[in-house]
Amino acid sequence: MSPVEAPLLSVEGLSKRFLARNGRVVHAVSDVSFSVRKGTTVGLVGESGSGKTTAGRTVLRLIEPSGGKAVFDGVDLFSLSEREMKAYRKRLQIIFQDPFSSLNPRMRIDAILGEALDAARFPRGSARKDRVAELLSIVGLSPDHARRFPHEFSGGQRQRIGIARALAVEPDFIVADEPVSALDVSVQAQVLNLMGDLQKRFNLSMLFIAHDLSVVEYLCDDVVVMYLGRVMERGPSRKVYAASRHPYTRALLATAPIPDPTRRRERVPLQGDIPSPLDPPSGCVFRTRCPMAIPACADIVPPVAHLGGDHHVACIRHAELA
Amino acid sequence: MAATAGAGMAREPNLLMRIASRPTALIGLIIVTIVIVLSVLAPLIAPYAPGQIAVRFRLQGPSLAHLMGTDELGRDVFSRVLHSGRTSLGVGFAVVIFASLIGVTLGLVAGFFRRFDAPVSRLIDAMMAFPDILLAIALVAALGPSATNVVIALGIVYAPRLARVVRASTLVIRELPYVEAARALGVPTPVILVRHVLRNVTSPLLVQATFIFANAILAEAGLSFLGVGISPDIPTWGTMISVGRQFLDQAPWIMWFPGSAIILTVLSLQLLGDGLRDFLDPRLAKDV
Repeated sequence: MSPVEAPLLSVEGLSKRFLARNGRVVHAVSDVSFSVRKGTTVGLVGESGSGKTTAGRTVLRLIEPSGGKAVFDGVDLFSLSEREMKAYRKRLQIIFQDPFSSLNPRMRIDAILGEALDAARFPRGSARKDRVAELLSIVGLSPDHARRFPHEFSGGQRQRIGIARALAVEPDFIVADEPVSALDVSVQAQVLNLMGDLQKRFNLSMLFIAHDLSVVEYLCDDVVVMYLGRVMERGPSRKVYAASRHPYTRALLATAPIPDPTRRRERVPLQGDIPSPLDPPSGCVFRTRCPMAIPACADIVPPVAHLGGDHHVACIRHAELA
Repeated sequence: MAATAGAGMAREPNLLMRIASRPTALIGLIIVTIVIVLSVLAPLIAPYAPGQIAVRFRLQGPSLAHLMGTDELGRDVFSRVLHSGRTSLGVGFAVVIFASLIGVTLGLVAGFFRRFDAPVSRLIDAMMAFPDILLAIALVAALGPSATNVVIALGIVYAPRLARVVRASTLVIRELPYVEAARALGVPTPVILVRHVLRNVTSPLLVQATFIFANAILAEAGLSFLGVGISPDIPTWGTMISVGRQFLDQAPWIMWFPGSAIILTVLSLQLLGDGLRDFLDPRLAKDV
């Protein structure tokens, strides 16, 4: 992977505003930029309400963006008409958080996978049955599961079916929206391992959305940390983990369990809840909960500082965290 | 791990068995089935032709020869009740089908496409503001009395109820990840509507359809009784009561039996509908 190669997906200045009931505007996602190189996984991390799910859905045009660009393989997806977008649909897929509502309860597994195969213009007939069996075995299920209904499976198995559906169209890029957070801890590792294996096997590029950094560390090449719709810090995983320069990232890292007693770790507990996106704080959106906030933080939205090696941080005091 | 009796599992294949576990719903199902079978087989079961006049035997009480007595023209009330059932149930069924066609379409459109929601919902509200029978009378008066027009009128009367149920369910299903997954695959919207949305609103639809079936039978009888329904030449439970009313003093059985048939059918359909609602309500199904 040479660094000069253009990224498969490059998101620039993505924003999504929703109109609230009383005419007020919710800035769910503001000015988010990141890129995903071919064959790599980017983790998108943040608390609930940080806009990470909205960002992921917007890139796939499951939610219409309010602004910005998403250049995929040289084409800005946001500039396409709904019709032109259809051609790209099967190159971009999604895996959902909730393994229960992500499968139509009235469809058998072969019909669920068949819908995806239809989308990929896979011929009907006996070849299709083999393909369904192949997909099931790729995700570690048995081919004779094909005639069953979703309710006959456990959460982990359903998530595997969801993965098989996404893979059925042979996509280049997958958004995985907290794919393991609804699963039992014992099953989480299995599904994460599966996703890691499949990513290597099919040379997939992935946007992996998660709410804690420990899951992301295992899978991801790069990390984007979001808070209240904005990117706080982004960069290669090892830099963000070992040399985080943003107080929010540090707080998240502090809450993640580290199985290494020798690793240094500061305790900066986060207090309170994420503020309402209807009424975000002025200046830096994180300042209300930031242990390092100073009056200047309220004045300006912190500019994104480039620290070299693709490591970016949006904090006016980042130099003090070096 | 697999094949545990989850919430959804019991929903489909075992529906009949689950109804059987509920006495009232089971009674409803049995009576409805008997009524339908008797009506369908009326020409085979009825001892006389429904129009066979025997003035000599007019206004006779129930006897072995005439189980439910005879009417003012000496026609066998039992045979006429059976044949009327064909018309009444047929009209009820046709109303359900017609109302479903309109109601499901309106409900899906209002629930799935945001911009149509407000206009369609207001239309539904406006239609539901009319009393059922009054609207039906007005429509039949405008269209002219005939079986087809009764079906059309009642279909229009009951379509808004179905539309409401379908819209409410569609609003929920539209946001579910499996619909998003289909969109992410580029599945055409009409296919999503039928394959993913319609298929998952069948439970509340079935419950509502059962109630509408019952109401339509009642409404058809009401319209016939009021003389704005099906032509009096065609026996229905409503026309029988309407005519029998004139002989209430001398031959009350002319009204009793079609009246009982209506009560029995409507009551059993309501019992069945209540039972279905209990079984199919997703909120209840979850903790089963």
